[in-house]
Amino acid sequence: MVTETGNKGFIDEVGALPGGEGIKICIQCGTCTASCPNADRMEHTPSELIAMARAGMKQEVLSSNAMWYCLSCYMCTVRCPRGVKFTDLMHALEYLSIREGLVHAKTLTPTMYRLFNHYCSMGNLSELWFMLRFYLQTNPLRSWRMIPVAFNMLRRHRISIKSRKLTRAGSRQLKAILDKAESPGGAE
Amino acid sequence: MKYYTYFPGCSCSSEGGARAYGGSMRAIAKVLGLELKELDDWSCCGSTPSGSVDELGAFCLAARDLALAEKTGLDMVTPCSACYVIFNRTNSYLKQYPRLKAKVDEALAAGDLKYDGLIKVRHALDIITTDIGYDAIRAKVTKPLAGLKVAPYYGCQVVRPGFGFDHPENPQSLDKLIASLGGEPTRFPLKTHCCGGSLIISEEALALDLTRKLLESATSNGAECLVTVCPLCQTNLDAYQNRVNQKFKTSYKLPVLFFTQLMGIAFGIGEKELGIKNSIVSAEKVLLKYR
Amino acid sequence: MEPKIGVYICHCGSNIAGVVDCTKVAEYARSLTSVAVARDYKYMCSDPGQNLIKEDIKSLGLNRVVVASCSPRMHEPTFRRVCQEAGLNQYLFEMANVREQCSWVHTDKAQATEKAKALVNAAVRRVYYQEPLETKEVEVNPATLVIGGGVAGIQAALEIAGAGHKVYLLEKDASIGGHMAQFDKTFPTLDCAACILTPKMTSVGQNKHIELMAYSELVELSGYIGNFKAKIKKKARYIDTVRCTGCGRCSELCPTSVPNEFDCGLGKRKAIYIPSPYAVPNKAIIDAKNCRHLKGLAEGKDACRLCEKGIEKKGQPGCEAGAIDFSQKDEITEIEIGNIIVATGFQQFDPTTIYQLGYGRLDNVITGLEFERLTNASGPTSGKVTLKDGSEPKNIAILHCIGSRDTNYHKYCSRVCCMYSLKFAHLLREKLPEAAVYQLYIDMRCAGSGYEEFYERLQEEGVNFIRGKGGEVTDIAEKPEEKGKLVVLVEDTLVRRKRRLAVDMVVLSCALEPRADTEQLARILTLSRKADGFLLEKHPKLDPVATTTDGVYIAGCCQSPKDIPDTVAQASAAAARVLALISKGKVEIEGAIAYIDEEHCAGCKICIDLCPYKAISYDEAKKVSRVNEALCKGCGTCVAACPSGAIKGRHFTSEEIMAEIEGALA
Repeated sequence: MVTETGNKGFIDEVGALPGGEGIKICIQCGTCTASCPNADRMEHTPSELIAMARAGMKQEVLSSNAMWYCLSCYMCTVRCPRGVKFTDLMHALEYLSIREGLVHAKTLTPTMYRLFNHYCSMGNLSELWFMLRFYLQTNPLRSWRMIPVAFNMLRRHRISIKSRKLTRAGSRQLKAILDKAESPGGAE
Repeated sequence: MKYYTYFPGCSCSSEGGARAYGGSMRAIAKVLGLELKELDDWSCCGSTPSGSVDELGAFCLAARDLALAEKTGLDMVTPCSACYVIFNRTNSYLKQYPRLKAKVDEALAAGDLKYDGLIKVRHALDIITTDIGYDAIRAKVTKPLAGLKVAPYYGCQVVRPGFGFDHPENPQSLDKLIASLGGEPTRFPLKTHCCGGSLIISEEALALDLTRKLLESATSNGAECLVTVCPLCQTNLDAYQNRVNQKFKTSYKLPVLFFTQLMGIAFGIGEKELGIKNSIVSAEKVLLKYR
Repeated sequence: MEPKIGVYICHCGSNIAGVVDCTKVAEYARSLTSVAVARDYKYMCSDPGQNLIKEDIKSLGLNRVVVASCSPRMHEPTFRRVCQEAGLNQYLFEMANVREQCSWVHTDKAQATEKAKALVNAAVRRVYYQEPLETKEVEVNPATLVIGGGVAGIQAALEIAGAGHKVYLLEKDASIGGHMAQFDKTFPTLDCAACILTPKMTSVGQNKHIELMAYSELVELSGYIGNFKAKIKKKARYIDTVRCTGCGRCSELCPTSVPNEFDCGLGKRKAIYIPSPYAVPNKAIIDAKNCRHLKGLAEGKDACRLCEKGIEKKGQPGCEAGAIDFSQKDEITEIEIGNIIVATGFQQFDPTTIYQLGYGRLDNVITGLEFERLTNASGPTSGKVTLKDGSEPKNIAILHCIGSRDTNYHKYCSRVCCMYSLKFAHLLREKLPEAAVYQLYIDMRCAGSGYEEFYERLQEEGVNFIRGKGGEVTDIAEKPEEKGKLVVLVEDTLVRRKRRLAVDMVVLSCALEPRADTEQLARILTLSRKADGFLLEKHPKLDPVATTTDGVYIAGCCQSPKDIPDTVAQASAAAARVLALISKGKVEIEGAIAYIDEEHCAGCKICIDLCPYKAISYDEAKKVSRVNEALCKGCGTCVAACPSGAIKGRHFTSEEIMAEIEGALA
């Protein structure tokens, strides 16, 4: 048992991110959990995450699988009686989790998100290349199960081998912006 | 004539998986007098996952498009629900969080851009039902849907977190749109419930469960077809319908169309232009009535 | 006599001194013309502070005083009294507000100090031109108007009437009693609401000092404390209340049935009806919107009138007292009173807007008031708790905080819902011992005498308490045992699990909110409202029943949600304030009023129509206008409007105002 002398650190870290300030005003009513389609699949319920964060359990919160099951359906945000932007708080926790290298290994969602973001940052997301890379990277032996779906989509012209590209100037501009965004470090 | 800047988003562009949505959108825009000028050299908005990986970078991705759009001076319209939420969120956060705005401004400047927050971004369903209106739509119908039972599926993001377009739990705009086309919007209690979104890729079993609930609710209330306003919802409900059947031993054969495709059918536009054949689950039975 | 000004800068602890450099301001004040002395002190309103002023007036012969401190609303009366006690006319005093208008709203210390100096300069320049004025005393009319006939209004009326003074009790509905009359048992003692209220209601009806004006509304108010004139609209009841005996026969004859408001629409009443079994006054009333005869009159038809004529072939006579009068019209009467107590109560939040809870959409989702009527023996089901189809529920869920503690509806906590929810749970355990009762709460707020003990009792009675707010009520079953039931989705936050409760009935403990007509009433009475919509009291801690309009008091839920003990306490408090004024018999009227220089008055009469207090009259003989000093409030409208500048506002002359402006801008 450790005697505590006050630990505001983690709450402030979360609170500094856009949407994260709600962590201070939550009244633990559980409306978010009650409204969440995936609450049963999460290791910790949404409101529990806030309670744990307030208790300074940074490790446990950032390494939990809870936020990775968030669908961003915004039902919690709409119903929260304190106006906590919970979906954005979940995104903030995901971001901190990746930044601190505490990602829970038992779900593929973080990998998927990282890959997704990689393609977005190039200016256009090509569904075919993104899906191919994801399945080969994470599930190479079982990705053959996706072949029927992929075949159907190709047949119906739902995915193309050719992907849209920005102009040269546009690509350069995008890269300059994103490079600059890396230096001030974070959205706090 | 109504003028807007058009942002298709990666999925609705001509190379994307929901190109039928983009194609049918342009087709009905012509009929309704909507002049859609595609944003020049637009880049991906970042969608939902980006904010979880690189929070500031994600805001900058969206801000670049907003800055480019601001130059045209017109409001921007997008058919994609995710793009709609991302742009509106970026707009409101830049106003609400001055520190964030400072960093985004700095990044934009590195690309010789600036954004003053003057652009409003609206969803296609919004401009069609609000700016055009149901009476004008009714007037353009040449092949009324003759009571076709259509389940109106909004998905979660077009009405939430609530940028003022429609009611977050009980929206009516799509229902009324179906009615104005001559169809019958069926009772669909789960019409704003999530389809599983991008988790269909990383947590397929979980997402399939959610998709199944939607298909069950729609079909058990008598829907002959389902319309959606989001490219990802359409993919989950359509391209993965077979997977749902495999996993749960069900036999759903519910055609899933984009609302713009349904409008196109009612306006008498050709099926090729509307991309009807792009759907995995065949819409043949439904269309037989209207040929 | 040359003005000799004393200037006093208050630190107000650190309220002012924390931002404004008071010593510097005092130093600055010392340098101003005609300032004989300038001091700064920690608390000017304290006894030693006040003595500073008194001493200086005596020893230095000061004839003007300026205090730079808080808002005049706070301490102008205090310092005026100080001057008066030291022998200086109170109108030779001026206040500079360097707290609410300076230190409390600015953070830059240097700039705030400069602003404070400007405010002091303005006050000093102004006070130079101020003149001594006399106040008037007027008689206080001992009659009182109590608006609202719920338990608060009834209590206040009985207190004042008990002291032998006249009370007009105004009630909008056809009977007094308010919401309390609709309740079943009251927490925590489980007294029957009607049993404890009806004796008081009857007393009101029989008290010779109380003039009960039921089915009437306030339409206009004029005057000032001690001397108000109120216009009351007595709405047409279509019944001669002198003749009506309340026998109820007319009701039996009436062919038209409509939902009963007293039962929240769960029961029925006729178009002609006695408002409730314990109505006071116990007289019938005709609902013009639904009465066939009255509706027919608009089309020139002479329909129905069964209540009057009776049914001959059945041998049922009509009204034997001849009390029905279809020709009745709304009447306007005027009354004169000295004080007003507003006790208009609350209305229940309508949960239809919370789509996900299913009220109005799904059967057997009901509000708190509807539940009160179900369990009430005088209610539509004679006290049996049943579902819409008449069967008994096997499991019930009570959801707390509906519309309260919710930024989407009302941010505030309604204070009584935890307690009345516990009461509901108790009534259910009593009436349906086999049924399972779930109570879904966020916090259990039981602060009151016997309240926490009541909570413990309910725990012993075997209620299933779940700490979590009911997030959704749906009829979509996911498991076979949920078919045909209402499913409540909630997180049991104490075990951190999402739960699905399959129940037959859901009771929504709805918020208490301000009545929809509060805005209109506030306008008539010139009252302010708080951000949450309830009426604004003079001071939230030290003066909860007074308002900033002298002579108008508030009591009960119109001020903020509260339980019956607190409502009764506030009603008695408001009554005490009124009785204090009546016993004093007189009230002081401000000396800062308008006066007309008759030599310059052209008799154009422009001022007369402009006066909001109707305080100006025209002297036909002299062909000039004259101000009634008792009615004039010194608002200055006439002063600004007079084309010949004949009207001057005492204590607000052009000289004084210009001096103040120049001082501020110097």
